[in-house]
Amino acid sequence: MAQTIIFLILAAIILGCGIMAVTTKRIMRAATYLMFVLFGTAGLYFLMGYTFLGSVQVMVYAGGVVVLYIFALMLTGRQDKKNPTVSLAKKFAALVASLCGAGLFLFAIITHQFAENILTPPSEQTTPVSLLGEQLLSSDKFGYLLPFEIVSILLLACIVGSLIIARKH
Amino acid sequence: MFDFSIVSKWFHDLLTDFIPEWLVIGIECVIVLLFIIVLYAILAIALIYLERKICAFFQCRIGPNRVGKWGLLQVFADVFKMLSKEIIKMRQSDRMLHDMAPFFILTASFLTFSCIPWNKGLEILDFNVGIFFFIAVSGIGVIGILLAGWASHSKYPMIGAMRSGAQLISYELSIGMTMLTMLLLCGTMQLSEIVQQQADYGWNIVRGHVPAVLAFIIYLIAGNAECNRGPFDLPEAESELTAGYHTEYSGMGFGFFYLAEYLNLFICAAMAATIFLGGWAPLYFPGLDGFNTIMSYIPGFVWFFGKAFFVVFLLMWIRWTYPRLRIDQLLSLEWKYLMPISMFNIILMAIVVCFGLTL
Repeated sequence: MAQTIIFLILAAIILGCGIMAVTTKRIMRAATYLMFVLFGTAGLYFLMGYTFLGSVQVMVYAGGVVVLYIFALMLTGRQDKKNPTVSLAKKFAALVASLCGAGLFLFAIITHQFAENILTPPSEQTTPVSLLGEQLLSSDKFGYLLPFEIVSILLLACIVGSLIIARKH
Repeated sequence: MFDFSIVSKWFHDLLTDFIPEWLVIGIECVIVLLFIIVLYAILAIALIYLERKICAFFQCRIGPNRVGKWGLLQVFADVFKMLSKEIIKMRQSDRMLHDMAPFFILTASFLTFSCIPWNKGLEILDFNVGIFFFIAVSGIGVIGILLAGWASHSKYPMIGAMRSGAQLISYELSIGMTMLTMLLLCGTMQLSEIVQQQADYGWNIVRGHVPAVLAFIIYLIAGNAECNRGPFDLPEAESELTAGYHTEYSGMGFGFFYLAEYLNLFICAAMAATIFLGGWAPLYFPGLDGFNTIMSYIPGFVWFFGKAFFVVFLLMWIRWTYPRLRIDQLLSLEWKYLMPISMFNIILMAIVVCFGLTL
């Protein structure tokens, strides 16, 4: 009962702020609404008992990505500049694209057979942090060492690329 | 040692006899929330009074002594003055973000505040990744400061917010690194377990000797910077930026920033007390049994507040002793000195733990 109430509140926050983020005219407000959406997602993780994942969500997205967005906006944008008005044809194209996307997602979600009967409901006791750490750094059958290293190479490539772009000849 | 969870369990069982459990949880949430808010307000008043008296002490002054006995009512007078002030509205500023920004800072402050273990069995938020959650939610405060600077639509708040963003993001690294160092020693991220370990085997700062003391010093420096307090108070440097990111706030808008600054100081000190100085664990000497029994009669929250206010005093001592740094000095202190030292310190702690050299 309590779980359902909290879930409904979080879902309302995520949906409401998501709609506000794309409809608002001011870009800084859009970034703020986006942050509320990300907080709501973190709340869902906490509700499911994935405390580590929830904390990572708050740290990486709310503490890192949104701060980067706001920094970039502060350094580049002017405050009184609002979004330019778009033409009717563009609006129509955007509507078609978003409806197609929504249709695809709904189709995938409705037709997919979720295995919720097989999985045990997660709780704080089932995923200790030490297990996560061992899985992340093990090279066994279900270890995640290779994906972990590949992601770090991707990040390195991003850093090198941005340095080359930023360098003045 | 008195275990507070007996009281909370008794209360929970008493309520579940009469009403359904989900409603009981709701009622308990409200009670806990009230407890947090009241404690927050009391601590803020105590800290502001302490700051004025300690500042006066370091500058060879007397400090507030007119309102009430020893100036005790001065803070209350200031609070009522602030409450009765007009909240100004500026043209061309983003009103919504401007009004919302102080609440981001308060949210971050409240969330970190509720991670603190006050006594044995008296924790509000206590789960398996406690310290990580603490570091994660403390990052929300940066957004509040940046939005406050942006939404004010003025030069000084903007510069103050940019400085503050750079400073907070840099010094968060050192805080995280020192906490990692202590996690190596404890082997757990749950705050109640960390304190329980220290009650059983001795305080972390003694157990981890050299690397722990190094980490403690780095934590104090970085913590002072995270709270935007002198010598790192350039985001609100009065002589250059009038008041930094909260220049354009009046009344309680400013009051919230002021409140959060003092409570962040306390939270920083309380975390230092929890991780390094044993939290609610009493002072024990191995061998002196009579002394140890007397010490264990003192309740845990007295120990906790004693240690936390000792660290608060240390931080205020630093603040009123050193002059303010320049922004390049501030950033080079973090990136060229504190970061490499704390990285080296993690390796040192790993060696100490690995070879069983802990005390």
